[in-house]
Amino acid sequence: MNNTFEPVIIGFTCNWCSYRAADLAGTARVKYPPNIRLIRLMCSGRLDPTFVLKALASGADGVLITGCHPGECHYLEQNYKTLRRYLMLRRVLTQMGIEPERIKLVWASAAEGVKLAQEITDMVEQIRALGPFKPRFPMPLTPAEVADVQPAERGTA
Amino acid sequence: MMSKINHSTAERVGVYVCHCGTNIAGVIDVEAVAKWAAEHLKDRGVVIARDYKFMCSSLGQELIEKDIQELGLTRVVVAACSPHLHEATFRVACQRAGLNPYLCELVSIREQASWVHTDKHAATEKAKAILSGGVERVLHHAPLDPLHVPIHPATLVVGGGIAGIQAALEIADAGFPVYLVEREPSIGGHMAQFDKTFPTLDCAACILTPRMVSIGSHPNVTLMTWSEVTNVAGYVGNFTVTVKKKARYINTDLCTGCGICQEKCPKKVIDDTFEAGLGYRKAVYTPFPQAVPKYPVIDHVNCTYFQKGTCRACEKLCPTDAIDFKQEDEIVTLQVGNIVLATGYDIFDARRVAQYGYARLANVFTSIEFERLSNAAGPTNGNIVLRDGVTVPKTVGIIHCTGSRDRNFNNYCSAICCMQSLKFAHLVKERTGATVYNFYIDIRTTAKAYDEFYQRVLDEGTIFVRGRVAEVTDAARMPTEEGKLIIQVEDTLAGRQRRIPVDMVILSVGLEPRRDSHEVAKLFGISCSSDGWIIEKHPKLDPVATMTEGVFVAGCAQGPKDIPNSVAQGAAAAARVLGRIQQKEIALEPVRASVDESKCSGCRICNGLCPFNAIIFHEDRMVTEVNPALCQGCGTCVAACPAGAISGTVFSNEQIFAQMEGLLLHNIERPPITEGVLA
Ligand code: SF4
Ligand code: FES
Repeated sequence: MNNTFEPVIIGFTCNWCSYRAADLAGTARVKYPPNIRLIRLMCSGRLDPTFVLKALASGADGVLITGCHPGECHYLEQNYKTLRRYLMLRRVLTQMGIEPERIKLVWASAAEGVKLAQEITDMVEQIRALGPFKPRFPMPLTPAEVADVQPAERGTA
Repeated sequence: MMSKINHSTAERVGVYVCHCGTNIAGVIDVEAVAKWAAEHLKDRGVVIARDYKFMCSSLGQELIEKDIQELGLTRVVVAACSPHLHEATFRVACQRAGLNPYLCELVSIREQASWVHTDKHAATEKAKAILSGGVERVLHHAPLDPLHVPIHPATLVVGGGIAGIQAALEIADAGFPVYLVEREPSIGGHMAQFDKTFPTLDCAACILTPRMVSIGSHPNVTLMTWSEVTNVAGYVGNFTVTVKKKARYINTDLCTGCGICQEKCPKKVIDDTFEAGLGYRKAVYTPFPQAVPKYPVIDHVNCTYFQKGTCRACEKLCPTDAIDFKQEDEIVTLQVGNIVLATGYDIFDARRVAQYGYARLANVFTSIEFERLSNAAGPTNGNIVLRDGVTVPKTVGIIHCTGSRDRNFNNYCSAICCMQSLKFAHLVKERTGATVYNFYIDIRTTAKAYDEFYQRVLDEGTIFVRGRVAEVTDAARMPTEEGKLIIQVEDTLAGRQRRIPVDMVILSVGLEPRRDSHEVAKLFGISCSSDGWIIEKHPKLDPVATMTEGVFVAGCAQGPKDIPNSVAQGAAAAARVLGRIQQKEIALEPVRASVDESKCSGCRICNGLCPFNAIIFHEDRMVTEVNPALCQGCGTCVAACPAGAISGTVFSNEQIFAQMEGLLLHNIERPPITEGVLA
């Protein structure tokens, strides 16, 4: 592993807080490394744990999960469910022999552009230190994924 | 399997990469991105990829419209700014050209790339990935129609200060019902405490009370004072609001507001709300004589009857038998279509600046105390005197920016303190002839007629000392300082330290968000800045809307401001609400969950997950259904269903997975990263 390894991180954001924090980081011209690519969800509660596994299986070296602060979820309390799923995911990853540090949960309000940028910066360094993600055995497929590979469902809108 | 997406598509995708002047093009090689898309995403349906200076301009939009019509595009991807800014713009453009607006995807390469990265090459590569994610995603979009929901014509205004009053009156005058909820016994807010208003020096009560009376007597206004909102459910157009009307212990149907109870009540209480601790009120009281409504409240914490079980003087003496000690809090439910939050501000606690001696040195006053002191209806009948109640000060020091523009307390400028301090200087001079010193950092008199007022105060002979005051002390060093308060300050214009002995110090304290602003924001589903001010939808272009549809903000709840600005915002929020009401219905994003009954096994895992009770379980058929009218589209149940039976429009699994593959560039020819690893 040379130290020019540039990790690719998939970041899930919620429409109401963390996506707006990312917008704010932009408007305020706060800088962070380009290794992260964001996906917008309406709420962090939309995060199906398979999204995380799929991201890793598809070549991401780390996954960042973000949402509103506890108690501030636009849909009242869905981020508590995200927290539970996150904790579960860390255990599952550990059991699969994957470093749980490859995933990270961050709460960022719409006002916390600087915080989000900092968390991204820290995470990129963390994943860089872990090195590229190379699973050493086939990753199990979830029912959703099995459904997802039905060729008939592909490419038709 | 996870490597390259090799299925083909019949869609015809148009890609548009925006320069945004140099905002994007200054960092990202937009031409290269467009060229790359045309070349590498050809298999993915991209038939045209253009770059343009300003995609959001009318010419940019026309470009898309023309291509839709001439090239028969079935999907559009714009790589530009945040969807929160221009998603609507491009959707409407597509619609004009006959394409369903939901077949358009806006991806952000400005906020998420050009503005946050400095490495041009890396930013360009990232922009390609973002764009590719958008293209893959849009292939899985389906044409949708927005949901139309009716708007309830009633409006809830929270807070009865001048901003809330203005908003309520505008809406009520237009002929629509308004509920005005205020937590104190009377409306009027801080403005009712003031004596004069800057820069015109008209008397605050004279301009405010007529408005308060209009509220009290308006047929379209339901006034609920001594009340608090305890719950808000629903969404724009259809909010269900729960209000707790605290027990007044007064039967308002019988009370005439004669005031005999207040006169006869034997229990005096220091009034630290309206009189800022300088005066007294009774246990049964209206905060001030012009209060609206005129009915008093009994403060059960201080009432002798409630504490000791005897007294009932008011009950005996009330000519209409309006006292009702058995009254209980009442819970009322309101149906409203829109909400205006005008919850105002709190005063900075001057004790926090310990070196200024407030609450330790008797003759250090806060601005709000001085307002009461100078108010003709206040505890001293408008006589400006020291704490002993008789001595007229001969020298007065007014300290600007107390608690504001200060790294130790609040970084922001409270916006009103300069003008307030100038007003105080004028009033002190006019009423006592005292020598007045104003200690300032900068003078900010930016609104209409403000700077003229500053000139006037200068001409009147007020002495301005530029510098932040270090300390106020009573420790005299010289005979001339005996018995005085000494203000220690670095005069930054003269370039030396000064000690100025005065009789009275007025701290021009800043404005702070309400102490419970975070809870209030939570209650109404909106957000506050880290300071606690409510965040508006856009600081320049949408200053009275919030991120939550149907919830508007006016006055100081949004940030420190003076009376004219509060009134303007109250009126602006009302105009926005009226516009909504006139539309009669609103189009909502069709982001909703739905259950495929044939896949649902009836496991009920999702049933407890919905905070809006949108999930119904049919015992007979053993399947779950989502009620689209209640569903808000968070997607939590979609993520939880083990059978994949629930799907969500606009954020379906297929769309998210496709975007992910696009972001990771699985759609173009290159060595797949996980080749050989996955079956
Ligand atoms: S997506 Fe599901 S959990 Fe969320 S609001 Fe709709 S029905 Fe409720
Ligand atoms: S809306 Fe942000 S976490 Fe739910």
